[in-house]
Amino acid sequence: MNSTTLRAGHDPSHLGHHNEEAHAHAGAIGHGEGGPAPKRIVIGYGFWIFLLSDVILFASFFAAYAVLSTATADGPAARDLFDLRSVAAETGCLLASSFACGMGSLAVAQRSQKWTQIALLVTGLLGFAFLLLEVREFASFVARGAGPTRSAFLSSFFTLVGCHGLHVTAGLLWLGTMMAQFLAKGFRQNIRYRFLCFSLFWHALDIIWVAIFSLVYLVGVST
Amino acid sequence: MLGKLTWSAIPFDQPIPLAAAGIVGIVIIGVGLWVLLKGYLPYLWREWITSVDHKRIGVMYCVLALVMLLRGFIDALMMRSQQAFAFHAAGYLPPEHYDQIFSAHGTIMIFFVAMPFVIGLMNFAVPLQLGVRDVAFPTLNSVSFWLTAAGALLVNLSLVVGEFARTGWLPYPPLSELTYSPGVGVDYYLVALQISGAGSLMAGINMVTTILKMRAPGMSYTRMPIFCWTSLASNLLIVAAFPILTAVLAMLMLDRYLGFHFFTNAAGGNPMMFMNLIWAWGHPEVYILILPAFGVFSEVIATFSGKPLFGYRSMIAATMAICLLSFMVWLHHFFTMGAGGDVNAIFGIASMIIAVPTGVKIFNWLFTMYGGRIRYSSAMLWSVGFMVTFVIGGVTGVLLAVPPADFVLHNSLFLVAHFHNVIIGGVLFGAFAGYTYWFPKAFGFSLDERLGKAAFWAWLVGFYVAFGPLYVLGLLGMTRRMQHYDQPAWHPWVLVAGVGALIILIAIVLQVMQLVVSIRTRENRRDSTGDPWDARTLEWATPSPPPAFNFAVLPNVTHEEPYWGMKQRAREAMRLLSTEPHYVAIEVPRNSPTGVITAFFAVVTGFSVIWHIWWIVVLGLLGAYATFVVFAWRDVAETQIPAAEVERIDRANRAARSAALQKGAA
Repeated sequence: MNSTTLRAGHDPSHLGHHNEEAHAHAGAIGHGEGGPAPKRIVIGYGFWIFLLSDVILFASFFAAYAVLSTATADGPAARDLFDLRSVAAETGCLLASSFACGMGSLAVAQRSQKWTQIALLVTGLLGFAFLLLEVREFASFVARGAGPTRSAFLSSFFTLVGCHGLHVTAGLLWLGTMMAQFLAKGFRQNIRYRFLCFSLFWHALDIIWVAIFSLVYLVGVST
Repeated sequence: MLGKLTWSAIPFDQPIPLAAAGIVGIVIIGVGLWVLLKGYLPYLWREWITSVDHKRIGVMYCVLALVMLLRGFIDALMMRSQQAFAFHAAGYLPPEHYDQIFSAHGTIMIFFVAMPFVIGLMNFAVPLQLGVRDVAFPTLNSVSFWLTAAGALLVNLSLVVGEFARTGWLPYPPLSELTYSPGVGVDYYLVALQISGAGSLMAGINMVTTILKMRAPGMSYTRMPIFCWTSLASNLLIVAAFPILTAVLAMLMLDRYLGFHFFTNAAGGNPMMFMNLIWAWGHPEVYILILPAFGVFSEVIATFSGKPLFGYRSMIAATMAICLLSFMVWLHHFFTMGAGGDVNAIFGIASMIIAVPTGVKIFNWLFTMYGGRIRYSSAMLWSVGFMVTFVIGGVTGVLLAVPPADFVLHNSLFLVAHFHNVIIGGVLFGAFAGYTYWFPKAFGFSLDERLGKAAFWAWLVGFYVAFGPLYVLGLLGMTRRMQHYDQPAWHPWVLVAGVGALIILIAIVLQVMQLVVSIRTRENRRDSTGDPWDARTLEWATPSPPPAFNFAVLPNVTHEEPYWGMKQRAREAMRLLSTEPHYVAIEVPRNSPTGVITAFFAVVTGFSVIWHIWWIVVLGLLGAYATFVVFAWRDVAETQIPAAEVERIDRANRAARSAALQKGAA
């Protein structure tokens, strides 16, 4: 056992109080030196871990798409279906929505109820526009006999892109709840922490979309 | 109106499930009535069901695991007896029922015994060992537990309403596709595992955050107890692997419910992709289970050898090496499915490499014992029994990792013997060691040692008698999952294995007796000191059972094994060396019924998905959303424990420890 210097007021049994040493370490929070991290760090960190697990969920669907993308069963292939103009519009909506969400974060930091509500409304409307475009694209595929039951390729396409769409839908539900909470409860600490998680979520969906855009749509039309 | 659900879903024509369901129903109604009549319901609701205290949730996880162990073991007895009778005969279980039993046995033992047992032990012990007051997200912890319980309920519901899967514990397509499994059995499996898998994922996120961000002052990574390290590795694996399970089960559900073609034979589907994805989760899963058990053994062996753990840092390195390597070996679960010689060779070698860090651990435990003053309590017996048994299981595992040998032995009872060898000898013995070790900390009284030792010996002997013959049978060519057979050379070995199962039955009866006897004689076996085993980690610095806030003041950690250090110095001085702290009120998270209500909606929604009752599915999802909104709307998340109460509890703890010191000195 290491020897520990015993001094008056020190706490060798470690049953006692915070001593000066612990307080001196308080600056090193989050690295085990200064004790448990503050709530904001813990919540943000936990949500990052969740996002990593969500990325792995998407990675599985990406892997399935990579395996099945050529299994068209004599049905339509990617280049017969994808319309890059519609996808570009979707991308624009989603990225602009993320920008609006960033503005929302600034408004929350300024404690401005008006601008928070406006920014989050714009975030939501753009997200909704993205969803409408996606649903329109899906509906047009189904109408052309290229629904998810047509081939393994289309099954994996609809699942991967649809899973992202479901995340956006859940995000919109969350966003609406957050707006109501800001209105009803104001800028209370725990609600700001929740909004921090929401904005992380919303930006992560962008990153996933960038991967879908590049690996599914761009690669799809070029092969 | 009710989808596929009709009266024909209840198996009136099959006496065995009907009688079993009847008995279970009577027991549940009986316990429910007893709780109601005795007026225990408010207590249960207040102190357990809505509790967000990590210790209570940990205990509930372990209770769930023990109850499900009984269910899974009854399945095992039925399989062993069927095979004992079914030589040149049909036995008493028709094939469609036998297939459900082996599927349910595997599913229940992995997902609803092993998983909740290790998660329960981690939940209970990790925050105490880290010297903090709770996990990172206490309410989420409760939601995780109740979702796991919801999954367990759905699996058991399939006994009465409908049927369970007949596809084995992992539903390989195309057999599990709608074409070949049109019933609701596979749907029960998929829905129950999606729900409990979500619970496991949340538990993993919670525990990773707790270990990385919530430690007592001074508790750096290399001062954490080994159990915290193995828990960290295990929960990192949960976070990295469980999403793959969610994804692959979702794909199979889409195939079955909406006619997609992920794994079908038609339209370009690829059944091999299922094998790859499910084992990319499935192999890390076995390390998710065994790593916390390794941690328990490390704590138990150090404590009962009276020595610090040998090679603490090499133990950390070995743990993290296993954590990483576990993702690189999944293909050894299907060497025979045509990956080719080169790929098989790479995965075979990778699988053998995992034996190296595991061997490091075994030697560390041996060297910890070497020169120690060993006390053979029952927790220590489980650990020593594990070391012997697990090495045998590991050796047969390395044998199976040789692809040519695997071509001969795959799908045989040799494989079945191997994985029971590591799961019973590793995970289950570890869970029992942890259960015995931490029981006095959780409840304030210890378990009966005489019955505990008897149960250990019966388990150990029963295990070898039950699974030794399966190795022989595998070498004799008997494949797994046989409902009947007519090979005379197998019959005597099958009978011996059946006797082994009966010895394990005796062991389980002894364990039930141990629990009952210990509760009845609890006044004589109180743990007044909070440290009944003379242990080394911080959880033993708290009173038994620990108060809701765990520590009156967070301990300040200055080296490894902080509690052992403070105890030794106090012993030398023959008095407590710390001065009484200034007590302040402590905020603890408020109870919340969010978990149990979420689980209620999960069961309702899941059941309706299984039976295609879509309007209830919609109602269930709305209910779950409403639950979250109500939870999000609450204004007061914490409640205060007044300083006077903290003072009273901590003074009692200090007085007990002073008294123990005086007694030790006298």
